[in-house]
Amino acid sequence: MFQVRIHGRGGQGVVTAAELLAVAAFDRGRHAQAFPSFGSERTGAPVVSYCRIDDHEIRTREPIDAPDAVIVQDVTLVHHVDLFGGLRPSGYVLVNTSLPLGELGLDDNVAALPGGHVAGCPATELALAHVGRAVPNVPLLGAFCALTGEVPLEALARALRHRFAREVAERNVAAASAAFDLVRDLEEAHRAPTA
Amino acid sequence: MTETRVHFYQVGSFAVGNRLLSDADRTVQASPERTNSLDAGHRACQGCGEALGARYALDAAMRATGGRLVAVNATGCLEVFSTPFPETSWRIAWLHSLFGNAPAVATGVAAAMRAKGRDDVRVVGQAGDGGTVDIGFGTLSGLFERNDDVLFICYDNEGYMNTGVQRSAATPPTARTATSEALGADPGNVFGQGKDLPRLAMAHDIPYVATATVADLHDLERKVERAMTFRGARYLHVLVPCPLGWGAASADTVRLARLAAESGFFPVFEAEHGVVTGVRRIRRRVGVEEYLRPQRRFAHLFAGEGRPDLVARLQALADANIQRYGLAPEEE
Amino acid sequence: MLQQLEGSRAVAETVARCRPEVVCAYPISPQTHIIEALGAMVKDGRLAPCEFINVESEYAAMSVSIGASAAGARTYTATASQGLLFMIEAVYNAAGLGLPVVMTLANRAIGAPINIWNDHSDAMAVRDAGWIQLFAETNQEAADLHVQAFRLAEALSVPVMVCMDGFILTHAVEAVDLIDQAVVDSFLPPYEPRQVLDPDDPVSIGAMVGPEAFEEVRYLAHLRQLDALELIPSVAEEFAALTGRASGGLLHPYRLEDAETVIVAMGSVLGTIKDAVDARREAGERVGVLGVAAFRPFPIAAVADALHGARRVIVVEKAFSLGMGGVLATDVATASPASGPDLATVVAGLGGRPITRRDVEGVLERSARGTLPRLSFLNLDEDVVARERARMAASRRSGPFAENVLRDVATGGARR
Repeated sequence: MFQVRIHGRGGQGVVTAAELLAVAAFDRGRHAQAFPSFGSERTGAPVVSYCRIDDHEIRTREPIDAPDAVIVQDVTLVHHVDLFGGLRPSGYVLVNTSLPLGELGLDDNVAALPGGHVAGCPATELALAHVGRAVPNVPLLGAFCALTGEVPLEALARALRHRFAREVAERNVAAASAAFDLVRDLEEAHRAPTA
Repeated sequence: MTETRVHFYQVGSFAVGNRLLSDADRTVQASPERTNSLDAGHRACQGCGEALGARYALDAAMRATGGRLVAVNATGCLEVFSTPFPETSWRIAWLHSLFGNAPAVATGVAAAMRAKGRDDVRVVGQAGDGGTVDIGFGTLSGLFERNDDVLFICYDNEGYMNTGVQRSAATPPTARTATSEALGADPGNVFGQGKDLPRLAMAHDIPYVATATVADLHDLERKVERAMTFRGARYLHVLVPCPLGWGAASADTVRLARLAAESGFFPVFEAEHGVVTGVRRIRRRVGVEEYLRPQRRFAHLFAGEGRPDLVARLQALADANIQRYGLAPEEE
Repeated sequence: MLQQLEGSRAVAETVARCRPEVVCAYPISPQTHIIEALGAMVKDGRLAPCEFINVESEYAAMSVSIGASAAGARTYTATASQGLLFMIEAVYNAAGLGLPVVMTLANRAIGAPINIWNDHSDAMAVRDAGWIQLFAETNQEAADLHVQAFRLAEALSVPVMVCMDGFILTHAVEAVDLIDQAVVDSFLPPYEPRQVLDPDDPVSIGAMVGPEAFEEVRYLAHLRQLDALELIPSVAEEFAALTGRASGGLLHPYRLEDAETVIVAMGSVLGTIKDAVDARREAGERVGVLGVAAFRPFPIAAVADALHGARRVIVVEKAFSLGMGGVLATDVATASPASGPDLATVVAGLGGRPITRRDVEGVLERSARGTLPRLSFLNLDEDVVARERARMAASRRSGPFAENVLRDVATGGARR
């Protein structure tokens, strides 16, 4: 089972992100379960959502305490929320930022992850450029596809086209693709020296 | 030579008896084809104003709808005295659910009929004043706000008579009830409380609001029929004296209803879409004392030295009604 | 067709296929997504003929349902928690009148203290109201149960409550095979009421019933519940034959063969418990799960039969009766013979507290070691409780206790 935890703030599409991820995984014939952090959070408040992906039926209903991947939609949460609590040693971290990751002050959990398992992505900027709204969820999902390989970009694109009306869907697909390319290039750059 | 006003022979009052009217103008009750919606044999007290009002109102509604009517009843006297099972006085489709929910239940019936394409079937909700102004007010306001296609009728006897005469938000000031005893410096019910439901109904801008009494049954029937010409929420508030709760003679029910209207203590009017469109003007104005004296619930106002101060305050309420609705007799 | 859907959406789509004629509701978390979706379907004409009424309170929602059902319409509503309590007088009334309303209960805790998260306190509060209460384990089952609910309700003239865990199911997105309209139409015949408000054949409904007949009327209502014990399994079987899905029924037994220890539970936590049981089975322990799918009527005989042979029974339940203990456990105890298994109650998941596989395995371990008390509260923070007890002993004006506990938890007095 692959478990994803998404942190963000109310209004950033955190819950939608988990749902899109589940729909994309389902599209590939996998079992998926997405659920929000069941709160009455208002716009701007810290929000968490979860997504499980597996090749078998998912029966458990417990929250995800030991994620395989953490997506951070808003870096301002770093000092308020235990973003990387329980993260598996071989897990992935994806952060919405246009800054170099080293400047963010992420904790030791992240530093100890394997090479190529941590990436930053200027998702807000990409969303503004392609969709016209500062909602970073979809670009981050594109980046997630590149970083983890758990879900192919085409499946995400289909999920987006299923969810949104035509023009909005295409803009989101473009944003996700741009983020995917960015992170894939980072990954290739990372692998190049060892190859 | 003293002048004697003409009294119509049939009822000894200024009301016009059926026999002097054309067939078309006669009451529904005068017709052998009337439904007898609330049939004989029920267990209401002698002189019950509510039984009288309900029979007239529902038969008029049945005539207006060609018999396509469902009635929903709140808990209360009317519900209890009409269904001493295995007998029932209802000759129309009738449902009783709870005390405070008759408006919502009526909404449900109307919605079901609409969904089934049976728009010809109309719905009447009915309750006493407790089921209307107190415990049922939330659901009634909801019905008004949504403008659901229901005629809701309140039979107002100004208290919880079914449970032994307790105060409701429709009990008039100074009236003695079991929870507003005639004790202390301010005997009976207090001033300044209570709800004026017809005006609250008008504030919802519903198509039709009217008041009536069992003293003028022609007027009551006409208003029911008028209400049935509208779609949407309609409200009819009928004053129905209660011999038991008011401490009045059973034979005085109609007389007291008339005095309530003729004193201005109970204004009789109708309104459409929140605007008053007609009033029943007073024919022979009487002071409130004439209305209050026959009722034991006001006896403390007249015992010993009496409480002329309180009677004056009640008179002021009646005068304000007369002023507000323009009820003064033509010759004044 | 199998789709990845939010639970609430799956329920709304399924309810729509049951062709309700009147849908009314008052919004309350976590039920809102269901009625929002149905309202939109009525508005855009997808669900027609149907009247959608957004009323002013839950009391009105159930009352409108009563009127609509008495007028012969297939009627649906949904609520949760405080909303169920606010409509409780009408909930009893709908059952007493024998009106086949179907209602989704998005299970949520009851305050005070106010809490919007999941537990089963709301459903337990109306267990004696005369409604059939079915509990869904997954969103697939939640959706399917609604089709069966209308069938059961209308066959028996009894209202049915489909209980699904608030947020955990209502807001979870997972795969659901939405039932085809044609299948629903073949499974669910048009509603033929036993009693109806009809100007052409007027009847009085809702008369006062005195001591001379009240007991008989109530006993007839009890018999209809007993009839449901027969009908629930047969309806589920018929449903399974049409869809291939084992949704509904009285009980969901899992790995009970040769099980010495059986956990009894209801709702979505069964999935987590099954994972725990699989893990313990791999470790060689003889453990199993009994899911109670029909809580009212309570299948006493079937439970007794399923627990036959168990040496230890652990009831894990998301509610309790203050001053007494388990609610489901009391019913399970009634079903167990006097010389039956050791029975322990574990109250868990109150107000949305997570129940993890690790927690369940811990319970099984304690049970095997003989250290599981007859009544316990999962992950109860004894320190926080002790602190507040001490505060109460030390000062008469110790203040609001929920807020005191919150302060202790926030300042690190608790584990979580």
